[in-house]
Amino acid sequence: MQQLLTYIPTLPLIGFIVLSLFGRKLSKPVIAAIGAGTVCIAAIISIVLGIAFLQTPPSGGAWQQLLWSWFKVGTLTVDISLRVDALTLVFIFIITFVGALIHIYSTFFMWRDADYARFFACMNLFVCSMLLLVMADNLLLLYLGWEGVGLCSYLLIGFWYDVPSNCRAANKAFLITRIGDTALLIGLFLLFKELGSLNMTTILQQAPGHFAAGSSTITLITILLLAGGMGKSAQLPLQTWLPDAMAGPSPVSALIHAATMVTAGVYLIARMNGLFLMSPVTMAIVAIVGAITLFVAGCSALAQTDIKRILAYSTISQIGYMFLALGVGAWSAAVFHFFTHAFFKALLFLAAGVVIEALHHEHNIFMMGGLRKRMPAVYITFLAGAAALSALPLVSAGFYSKDAILWYSWSAAGGSPVLWFMALAGAFITALYSTRLMLVVFWGEMKTPIHEQPNRGMIIPLLILAFFSVTAGFIEWPHNMFQVTLFADHVQRVLPETLMKQNEPSEALLQGIAALVTLAGIYLGYVLYYGKSGVRWQQSPGLSATRNFLFSGWKFDQLYSFVFVKPYLFLTRINKGDVIDRLYSAIAQGSMRMNTWLSVSQNGSLRMYIVGVLAGILFIITLQLFL
Amino acid sequence: MNSAQMVLLVATVLFTLGLVGVLTRKNVIFMLISVEIMLNAAGMAFVAAGSKWQQPDGQVMFLFILAMAAAEVSVGLALVLQIYHQHKTMDVDRLKELRD
Amino acid sequence: MVITRYHPVHALLYLAVSFFASSMVFLSLGAPFVAALEIIVYAGAIIVLFIFVVMMLNLGNETARQEREWLKPKVWVMPAVLVLLLLIEMIILLFSNDTEPMQIAVVEPRKLALSLYGEYIIAVELTGFLLMAGIVGAAHIGKHKKEELHRFLQNGQGDQQKTKRTRKTKAITNEQTALHE
Repeated sequence: MQQLLTYIPTLPLIGFIVLSLFGRKLSKPVIAAIGAGTVCIAAIISIVLGIAFLQTPPSGGAWQQLLWSWFKVGTLTVDISLRVDALTLVFIFIITFVGALIHIYSTFFMWRDADYARFFACMNLFVCSMLLLVMADNLLLLYLGWEGVGLCSYLLIGFWYDVPSNCRAANKAFLITRIGDTALLIGLFLLFKELGSLNMTTILQQAPGHFAAGSSTITLITILLLAGGMGKSAQLPLQTWLPDAMAGPSPVSALIHAATMVTAGVYLIARMNGLFLMSPVTMAIVAIVGAITLFVAGCSALAQTDIKRILAYSTISQIGYMFLALGVGAWSAAVFHFFTHAFFKALLFLAAGVVIEALHHEHNIFMMGGLRKRMPAVYITFLAGAAALSALPLVSAGFYSKDAILWYSWSAAGGSPVLWFMALAGAFITALYSTRLMLVVFWGEMKTPIHEQPNRGMIIPLLILAFFSVTAGFIEWPHNMFQVTLFADHVQRVLPETLMKQNEPSEALLQGIAALVTLAGIYLGYVLYYGKSGVRWQQSPGLSATRNFLFSGWKFDQLYSFVFVKPYLFLTRINKGDVIDRLYSAIAQGSMRMNTWLSVSQNGSLRMYIVGVLAGILFIITLQLFL
Repeated sequence: MNSAQMVLLVATVLFTLGLVGVLTRKNVIFMLISVEIMLNAAGMAFVAAGSKWQQPDGQVMFLFILAMAAAEVSVGLALVLQIYHQHKTMDVDRLKELRD
Repeated sequence: MVITRYHPVHALLYLAVSFFASSMVFLSLGAPFVAALEIIVYAGAIIVLFIFVVMMLNLGNETARQEREWLKPKVWVMPAVLVLLLLIEMIILLFSNDTEPMQIAVVEPRKLALSLYGEYIIAVELTGFLLMAGIVGAAHIGKHKKEELHRFLQNGQGDQQKTKRTRKTKAITNEQTALHE
């Protein structure tokens, strides 16, 4: 059983190699079979493995498989070695299962694209890298996967590279995540310097003995790791790349920028929980970053008109929830939210892709409308996704995970009412923009004619995802309802238990508030956007300033442009003449001038040279005489 | 004032005369002649020193100088011929191709 | 007198006189072998070499006239002053420390030869190399010039050239034989 472990990342890798080498020569059905097939087989293997894992948990809580030794430098030994424990299993399942569904969807979605093979090659490479990331047993291998997914993200955002804005978006995503990656790398260096090992198990075992809790070193390391996670997971202040990353094809957005890659930061923090627990400062920062991000991104999502950008902002916001959960120490809640979020957000993106495709690549939601009757399957699935996103009580997966986070943000050891309030506001906003999205896109009158109905092959993955969006939450019920905590039991083999405050308010009260707030948000959205009033409200002049502010994502791009880009350009402008170079050119010019002076002496006249020699002799002898 | 010093004085004068020759003449042949004079003067100083200490080393040195002078003159004159044939002049002041 | 002549042949004659004189000095210093070598090699070989070149380049009255033009006071005053300074300094150095009077002792050739092939054997070998290099260098430059000869000069001078070259090598061979005596 354990031997199958290797095949999970290897199969997509084989797919990538075959497609990238022979992709041009293969016909499209073959490409589709290879691209989607490898991931599907990997998904089946991972499900089989998951069942085996649940039935007979391995000793030590993890399967470990050493493939080969990567390199040895001094005391550092880096192995290509896979390790699967409960946490990894969740991620593998999501990556391969959701990935397989998205691949199947893509075979139809991308059918008319000329670069069919390239698309699947990149997707397969991405799946492989992402699996490496989560299955790595040392941090360096994790970093390899980390960079691999970054690369694939770049390649796939800029997939339609003949549009300049897509390339710019790809560059932006790459550069901004690079900031985080660099921080992560420095963090890894520091960890290695302190502990002399990059193996995760070793690190987590040794760290408590090596660092004092809350010491500055551990805080620095964890903050650097956190920065890496923030870059990948598009958290404040490195969130600006994700909305632009929507330039890529919709399946890419679904797979990379909703379900898997952007949660790499969550995985990293959850995996390194031992380190983070030792630094209360960093935990607080994680929670605060999460809370602020979810609020800011939620507000931004309110004002967007591009359907994919709305979803992108909502992704940032939902990952904010995960960070919040991590920060307050609710590890399993964070991973659970990742679990449900992967389903409903992938679903939403895929459904959005269908809608966009059907409407001649129309992205503006106000140019849509009335799709409820025309595309019923999409409508139903989208409804399920939106319900999960807005955490509709009891009937959606999002409710169970988000409610847990809300509750923990108040009552967990690291939680506080302020965080809870932020999260609650975020929940309200989420409900509001989900309703807005649904109403504007699917109700109202039709503004753009549908030019083709979606392919059946695209609908089936949607239905499966919609099913999970509704039901995935049932494996973990709130404590006060049923004692069904399958998920928490599962992941808490790896993750520490959430510490609670002593006298927290009753859970039911908080749940009730959360549910009410969600419903209020939905109602407000209904009032504002149902019928024509939504459009009118949107166009009212009094709110245009606020709307512009939110539309541009709280002006973060402008802020960065002002804070970083402008001074940089200013410096380069001063430096156009090369201040430093001037020093060197001064030296060069000095030498040249000396040369012209001295070359007077080199006049080619032999007699002058002899005179020079004579003068030298005279000088020396005179010196001797007088000294 | 003894004999060795007198010889050294003669050698010095010869040397300076040779130097003046090298410096003042423009003709390459004259310069070579002057160089010969200088070498001769140096050799004379060696011989004087050798005879002062009553050792053969000074004369050995003179022999070496002699050999060197012979080699120098042969190569130097060959160069003079070459220069004359290429530039049609013996004036060192006009041979300034090495100036920059 | 050597350095002030305008005519090269005159200068060379004075040079020969100078060599004879210094050979006499050597004799009086008790170095008869060196005195003989001085006459043979300097006055014999080297002067002859110069004369050949002068002949070959046809340096006659024309050159003398040219020299007279070149040798203006403003050309030689400055170097002469410098050299005079040097002379004065050297004389000062020479007489700054008095030494005891020396007695002249003849160093016979036998002793010279013994030390030459005893302690100075390496230097002798090196001198052999130097002379060899001189021969090869002169031969090479002469050969190179011969190629130029066809281009710049008339055919008539080719023979002279050849004579000069053989002569020169012969002179050097003389050196070696003289050295190895």
